[in-house]
Amino acid sequence: MTERKPQDFWPPLAAGVGLGLALMGMFLFTGHGLGASGFFSRLLAWLSASVAPDWTQMNSDLGNYLGASHPMNSWISWEIAGVAIGALLGSLIARRFLFKIERGPRTGVGSRIGFAVAGGTLSGFGASLAGGCTSGLGLSGGAVLAVAAFVFLMAFFAAGLLVATLTRRIW
Amino acid sequence: MNFPLENSGNLIVLAAGILFGFFIESAGLNSPRKLTAQFALRDWTVFRVMFVAIVVAAIGLWLFDVAGWLRFDALKIPTMFFWAMALGGAMLGAGMAIGGYCPGTSVVGLFSGRFDALFFMLGMVIGMTVFAMTYDSLQPLYLTKGPESQTLAGLTGWPSWLFLLILAGLAGGGFRLGAWFESRRGGTISAKELAGSGK
Repeated sequence: MTERKPQDFWPPLAAGVGLGLALMGMFLFTGHGLGASGFFSRLLAWLSASVAPDWTQMNSDLGNYLGASHPMNSWISWEIAGVAIGALLGSLIARRFLFKIERGPRTGVGSRIGFAVAGGTLSGFGASLAGGCTSGLGLSGGAVLAVAAFVFLMAFFAAGLLVATLTRRIW
Repeated sequence: MNFPLENSGNLIVLAAGILFGFFIESAGLNSPRKLTAQFALRDWTVFRVMFVAIVVAAIGLWLFDVAGWLRFDALKIPTMFFWAMALGGAMLGAGMAIGGYCPGTSVVGLFSGRFDALFFMLGMVIGMTVFAMTYDSLQPLYLTKGPESQTLAGLTGWPSWLFLLILAGLAGGGFRLGAWFESRRGGTISAKELAGSGK
């Protein structure tokens, strides 16, 4: 039997309509949109509280996530669990699931990992600073036509285009 | 009906998350090569999917509002902190150009088999730790605060439907501009092309 080929991606229009309807549904049921970076903030608060409880409690950023309930006991943890399930189901059904370290043809595994950590560090700091990420501020704020979302999105695309003139060769 | 219902339980949120992950994966936005090809202007899938999703959700919410089924002021509308959001947005854009993901797409990437996403997540936790340690000295960036929960209509006094028309027009223009660039820069990255790269 020959290797089964992956199905091609959905047309962006179809995926965008589906994502938009899911986003609208989230607003109708919960009053807020979709998010992602908030999960990692809570994950960090939880990790930090287990390692250094006093420091975490005193910290003016992380302390905000330590309320009456467990920091991971938040709607966004349920949403991220859903995202993981949806990604797994979608990629398995379409035969696109593949264990790999995705990188450009001229980039080695070691440098790819280094770039992933470096880019992730910038993203984590940036998402905390902005108070949200591409999903929470860009998509969800955009859906309610918030001024903040468009400031965020313009900065996101402008910086991406600019930095990519240096980094496009690694992809 | 009078949306939002607000107290809908975790299963609704889980279901919305499943759809979120599924549609991101189905568009290929779990692939760092495809995501960064947007910034090289070779593959406009990021722009297309994001813009269509925003326009569809915004028009849908507006229709619910016009029909009187929605308490629009009960929705979460972020307040603008100009420098914090402009700098933070720029760092997320740079982070994607370097690391290949944003926070949400890294989760979808990991759960479709990409181990590089795990290292991106490790980086995020490091970046958020640095932020938490420097939070007090970053406070000046939060002084440029806009009015509470301001929308484009609130900023300009123009009606919301006008912005929906402008956004739909920008999306349409972006689709055509994207097709023009894609035909000159190698075209969109297919699932088959990705299956053969970086095992």
